[in-house]
Amino acid sequence: MSNNLVVPTAAEFIAQGKQPEVLFWVGCSGSFDDRAKKITKAFVKLLNKAGVEFAVLGAEESCTGDPAKRAGNEFLFQMQAMMNIEVLNGYEIKNIVTACPHCFNTLKNEYPELGGNYEVVHHTQFLKSLIADGRLKIEGGKFKGKKITYHDPCYLGRANNEYEAPRELLEKLDVALVEMKRSRRNGLCCGAGGAQMFKEPEPGNKDINIERTDEAIDTGADIIAAGCPFCNTMMTDGVKAAEKEEKIEVLDIAELIANAEDL
Amino acid sequence: MEYIPNIIFILLLVAGIGYFASNIKKIIRNVKLGKEVDRSDRKGERFAQMARIALGQSKMVKRPIAGFLHIIVYVGFVIINIEVLEIIIDGITGSHRIFAPYLGGVYDFLIATFEILALLVLITVVVFWIRRNALNIKRFTMGELKGWPKNDANYILYFEVVLMSLFLIMNATDFILQTRGVEGYAHAGEIFGSFPVSQFVAIPFESMADGTLIAIERTAWWLHIAGILVFLNYLYWSKHLHIMLAFPNVYFAKLTPQGKFTNMEAVTKEVKMMMDPDADPFAAPDPNEMEEDPASLGAADIFDLNQVQLLNAYTCTECGRCTSECPANITGKKLSPRKIMIDTRDRLEEVGSIINKEGEWKDDGKTLLNDYITTEELWACTTCNACVEACPIGIDPLSIIMEMRRYLVLENSAAPSELNVTMGNIENNGAPWPYNQMDRLNWANE
Repeated sequence: MSNNLVVPTAAEFIAQGKQPEVLFWVGCSGSFDDRAKKITKAFVKLLNKAGVEFAVLGAEESCTGDPAKRAGNEFLFQMQAMMNIEVLNGYEIKNIVTACPHCFNTLKNEYPELGGNYEVVHHTQFLKSLIADGRLKIEGGKFKGKKITYHDPCYLGRANNEYEAPRELLEKLDVALVEMKRSRRNGLCCGAGGAQMFKEPEPGNKDINIERTDEAIDTGADIIAAGCPFCNTMMTDGVKAAEKEEKIEVLDIAELIANAEDL
Repeated sequence: MEYIPNIIFILLLVAGIGYFASNIKKIIRNVKLGKEVDRSDRKGERFAQMARIALGQSKMVKRPIAGFLHIIVYVGFVIINIEVLEIIIDGITGSHRIFAPYLGGVYDFLIATFEILALLVLITVVVFWIRRNALNIKRFTMGELKGWPKNDANYILYFEVVLMSLFLIMNATDFILQTRGVEGYAHAGEIFGSFPVSQFVAIPFESMADGTLIAIERTAWWLHIAGILVFLNYLYWSKHLHIMLAFPNVYFAKLTPQGKFTNMEAVTKEVKMMMDPDADPFAAPDPNEMEEDPASLGAADIFDLNQVQLLNAYTCTECGRCTSECPANITGKKLSPRKIMIDTRDRLEEVGSIINKEGEWKDDGKTLLNDYITTEELWACTTCNACVEACPIGIDPLSIIMEMRRYLVLENSAAPSELNVTMGNIENNGAPWPYNQMDRLNWANE
């Protein structure tokens, strides 16, 4: 893939005696998972287009410790948190944006007690503010009129009460937003939270991602919009299991916006 | 001799309330077996939340049918209790409808309201019974309700039918006796109260003699108040405790974002020491800290949970809204947040009964973990907060699940093996997968 992304690191900013406007926390999925890397790149394209002076930590970033904490390993979580806080505070980071609701929740809610105090926003909130400030314009583009359903990530929705930012962005794309029966506060988990992403599910009669994807498919949507790399994986697997991958795409909100304008 | 009924009434009242108070004391003692937790902050918000969610039932109506029906019974319960106050004063002083002369037309209005509510409650309770026993609604038929929980739910409904019926029979016979001008009921040609429902209940009684009617009226009156006292004392064994505990429970519920899990201070201390380059690992421990109990990390038993979590257990009404929203339960896993709450209360009661018997806690070799809640249940949770969101009275089953996971991992190193691999990766590479941390920015150039 030809690549003209501009991705400066915090270290480069410091070397030039500058401070980034915001730190983009990429997260483990966004750094290593092939599917999630596309979300990362789509978001960076939008940041570049809007002229945002952002930085990443690059090799200095490490897992926030979310899966460890939800698995009950508070010790490992705090080790991770304190190492990350040391790095972030070293760069005097004040603002953080991330495309992963798990990182978002952990950085925003669980780092302050360990000495990490930052303004943390989810990338959908950040994109919304870029549009509000006139720094980014989005129009219907190629998704105009398409039927899209939005899956609420637990750690953005219930955990942090953000239901509208992603939906407002979708509405800006002039899509036909259809809601699943369980949405917003009552949204059903994709099945990945609480470290489930990294283990086989306990015995049951169905996988959670299948239950959720079936609900999304029932809306008749052409596209399932997600705001979380884990949800994205789970829903993509669900669409494959239903053998609908020809008809239904699972895309992150950032990808939808970037693709709408063929960025 | 003429004061005998008053004396009997006062004795009944004192015994009923006294026994209830002694059981409430036990509940308080049992809740205090948990760890202290500071929820003394943000009082204004807490009161507002209590007013909205407990008093205002705002989360009950999220399910419109059950919510609407519940509000009828709730309003009926609260309003009809005004009448109980009159009954108590009448019972103590030997008066009859003591409020009537003071309230005049308002009294008629009040009695009429009580009657209509009593009828609505009767109808609602019948619908509740049908929903619970005949409609095969999953959350009412699940395995964890077998035995006591199912019986308890039905007993409460039967209680309400009996109490409401007695109330209406009492009014019906009283109404006939008043119209007949029978001594002790007559008020100089005036009828005290208005009886929109019991005037119809009265029809079969109309042909009866005064003496029979007085006997029925008195029996209904006595059984009604005795029934209320019995019901009050039944609460201690029942999920019906929520009619009182819902208020403090909502007041003390978590106000921070649902995604914020508690920070473990004990771990912070350790980690800070490990990361401090000047720390001396061989230094003698601080003598002040030596005196502290080496508390275990996480929760294996009710003693390791906090007091709000134990209050949660007593408050749970076993409605099952949490379980019916739980993604793990919906897909057939063993986890049921309601069962977590029932188990916690059952274990707490078991511990409490040992303390009652022995005078102090004697280890019975059992724990909440394993003897009640299995690891399979705990590891099925996605921490999605659906159960917390679903609870109409602010119970947090997820916090208990998390404390028990902490115990499993931090005290027993008993995480599922795949999670051990994941955590090993995080420890070594800073990511849950075995990638090199130095490659974290490779995506930018791919």
